[in-house]
Amino acid sequence: MTRDQAFYSALSALNKPAYVPGENKRLYDKDTSPLKNRMARENKIVESLEKAVELSGLQNGMTISFHHHFRDGDHIVNMVVDTLARMGFRDLRLAPSSLSDVHAPLIQHIKNGVISHIETSGCRGALAKAVSQGLMDQPMIFRSHGGRAAAIEEDEIHIDVAFLGASSCDPFGNANGYSREGEEKSMCGSLGYARVDAQYADNVIVLTDNIVGYPNVPFGISQRLVDYIVCVDDVGDASKIMTGATRFSTNPHDLMIAEATSNVIVHSGYFYDGFSLQTGSGGASLSVTRFLREAMIEKNIHASFALGGITGAMVKLLEEGLVSRLLDVQSFDLDAALSLKNNRFHQQIDANYYANPYRRGAAVNQLDVVVLSALEVDTNFNVNVLTGSDGIIRGAVGGHPDTAAGAALAIVVCPLMRGRMPSVRDHVNTIVTPGDTVDVLVTDQGIAVNPKRPEVAERLEKAHLKVTPIEELARRAERITGKPDPLPFGDKIVGVCTYRDGSVLDLIRNIT
Amino acid sequence: MEEKHSEVPRTMKITMPASAGTMESGDIMIEIEPGEQREVEVVLKSSVANEFGKQIVATIRRAVEEFGLEYAVINAVDKGALDCTIRARVAAACQRATASDGFDWGKRA
Amino acid sequence: MLFVPGNNPGMMSDAHIYGSDALMFDLEDSVTLREKDAARLLVYHALKTIHYGECERVVRVNPLSTPFGKLDIEAMVAAGAEVIRLPKTETAQDILDTEAEIERAEQKYGIPVGQTRMMAAVEGALGVVNAYKIASASPRLVAIALGAEDYCANLKTSRSLEGSELQYARGAIVVAARAAGIDCIDTVFSDVNNEEQLVKETRMIKQLGFDGKSVINPRQIKPVHRVFTPTHEEIVKAQRILAASEEAAARGSGVVALDGKMIDRPVVIRAERTLELAYASRAVFEEDEV
Repeated sequence: MTRDQAFYSALSALNKPAYVPGENKRLYDKDTSPLKNRMARENKIVESLEKAVELSGLQNGMTISFHHHFRDGDHIVNMVVDTLARMGFRDLRLAPSSLSDVHAPLIQHIKNGVISHIETSGCRGALAKAVSQGLMDQPMIFRSHGGRAAAIEEDEIHIDVAFLGASSCDPFGNANGYSREGEEKSMCGSLGYARVDAQYADNVIVLTDNIVGYPNVPFGISQRLVDYIVCVDDVGDASKIMTGATRFSTNPHDLMIAEATSNVIVHSGYFYDGFSLQTGSGGASLSVTRFLREAMIEKNIHASFALGGITGAMVKLLEEGLVSRLLDVQSFDLDAALSLKNNRFHQQIDANYYANPYRRGAAVNQLDVVVLSALEVDTNFNVNVLTGSDGIIRGAVGGHPDTAAGAALAIVVCPLMRGRMPSVRDHVNTIVTPGDTVDVLVTDQGIAVNPKRPEVAERLEKAHLKVTPIEELARRAERITGKPDPLPFGDKIVGVCTYRDGSVLDLIRNIT
Repeated sequence: MEEKHSEVPRTMKITMPASAGTMESGDIMIEIEPGEQREVEVVLKSSVANEFGKQIVATIRRAVEEFGLEYAVINAVDKGALDCTIRARVAAACQRATASDGFDWGKRA
Repeated sequence: MLFVPGNNPGMMSDAHIYGSDALMFDLEDSVTLREKDAARLLVYHALKTIHYGECERVVRVNPLSTPFGKLDIEAMVAAGAEVIRLPKTETAQDILDTEAEIERAEQKYGIPVGQTRMMAAVEGALGVVNAYKIASASPRLVAIALGAEDYCANLKTSRSLEGSELQYARGAIVVAARAAGIDCIDTVFSDVNNEEQLVKETRMIKQLGFDGKSVINPRQIKPVHRVFTPTHEEIVKAQRILAASEEAAARGSGVVALDGKMIDRPVVIRAERTLELAYASRAVFEEDEV
């Protein structure tokens, strides 16, 4: 038998076709032009946003999503929805990871029927006020970061088209929240929330003002997840996306609370070499870092990681060697964004990694301590971070319930009163984080410990940190401010606040 | 100086419109002027109108009446002042409006 | 002693949360002439309504030589202020005149006569010359303080960081206070951001013998407390001295010895004072002792 005959007879037993040079269909014709020519011709960049929308097959009634890493400097949501309105779309379901003051123009689109549903983590400014007053027919659905990620993963939110802004993107879709070439116009650091949308959306359109060379690695969003790329003038206003390092507060109330919180942490039983930590991004909850750092240096205690919501304060701890790793789902300031870009031990993580409620390994479950701020706390330790004391939507659920549930010790900080409004009271306007998961409340006039954690109260008392029953704090506030009259809510449900698993925690009614 | 000047006469008359207080957080700006009717009319603008509006108006009215004024119109802009601050500002405005520094320091607050 | 301007309702509502030992509500230099009436009413209402915890409540009134002083004193006594602070005290007669007004007000408003205390602030050369006479002028006087700004102007010099221009005044006031058996309080340090210099100055005046220092910002409270808080070594040493003293008394002996050395009575008294300070500043807790 010749070589060929032997080959073909063995092959018939395998029942597989033979490769015939010149005859078999190639997957594609070999392109022999140099890379730079190739890239210019064949890539995912589409000439306009309208074209990208057409290609995506978006229909009325479908769900579109956005991330909020550009915060109050975001241009993407307004730009895209304006365009969709012009193209005649209607009844769209908006599912951004959160909304900000800058998204007020959505009010008009809602009135015109372009947007009929919104599910988000938060809402602020004029849009929030309008929603509170009853703008929308369907209530706004609020989810935590972990809750949203799980809902997307479980297909409860089915994203048809994700519109994701990026600070830099190469022609095949490797995208980042910073840039390693060209003009870095709009740095945002981590793209943690966007990554979930990119992974699960049917169509992913990346919008960027900075096309860079291939490959844009390390990448925040992999090219494999991106369908189309649109080049725009500005993805956002850099000055409103983020500023330099977040400054520590100089407000004496905040500093008092921060120092007391640091003392609580030190004596809580969760302050040991290798502990893990998450703090808030402003006010007292950020300033805790300043005092805790001194204790860490003094007692030679290092943190194995810090999670967040990462700010320059945490980056400083990383650089000083007081913290070994940073897990970053959202960068809050330029220092954090730069560190994410340059420091290999500052890791970008997505919202599922961060806080998926169904995954035991989620980062929030590895936390010893989390420090969270609050607008209101009630005597059952339920926390409100979503509606103001005037009943109007003005904040975001964020990672609040996720971290409170995951951390061994959840500490909530707020002043006893803000002006004449008591922050510690019998009932909060909206329950966002259930009191079951909140362990300690630190105010500028006393510390309260959830009765479910008597061992923590004991440790604090032993360290001569006075613990006050939370009812007493509420009474103290009321004695000073007087008892507030109940708010004149209406009957229309304008918001539904859900817990991490989708169950309903509270309802928000309309108010003028 | 007279002994009596720290006691309040029965009914007082507003000789000129007056004001006390600032627009700072935690304060209340009180403007008082003579009224046509025999009542204390209070117009309130407050950052906490829904929750404390009724209480604030009542506190202002009571403080004006205790000072001994019966014909008065009060315009108040509140930035979250506590009751004790409201009473102090009303008393100051009343004193200025009646050109007296009378006040019953011995009264139970 | 934390200084609280008398015309700022926002600050007055919770000035006690910062943990200072005393609060000084000011009706004098921090209040403009046009607002003296309003400030008096604000402080009066605050003192009568707000619960200031364990802070001693001091009010700095306007001098009797102004149109405001008399009514200030009457209102503040009626409101129940613990201490009336008199600014720009120059002679013992100033104290006596103020005391007379206080007593009148106490009688008028049914307050036990003698309950209201006084504090004198010396802010000029004449006051320093008369320091002892002032400090011993009245049983109501609990402390004498130095006000450096006006004093330096009076001396026709300026304030410096190391404070050589205040040396004599500081020394005179400490001596006068001790001779009269009352406390002495040092002047404020106005650069809120310079904590290092604040600590340096506080250490220096503590060494001079001052009992305390006035502060103008809550951030200054902790550094000042830390300087006045005895160190761990000082506390342990004081405890041992007192133990030796008690042991000697139990033996019926007047000779106290520790580590082979004789301990004089003044040393024992100093140890008692150290422990008092330690308890007051919560550096040790009585219930923790073995």
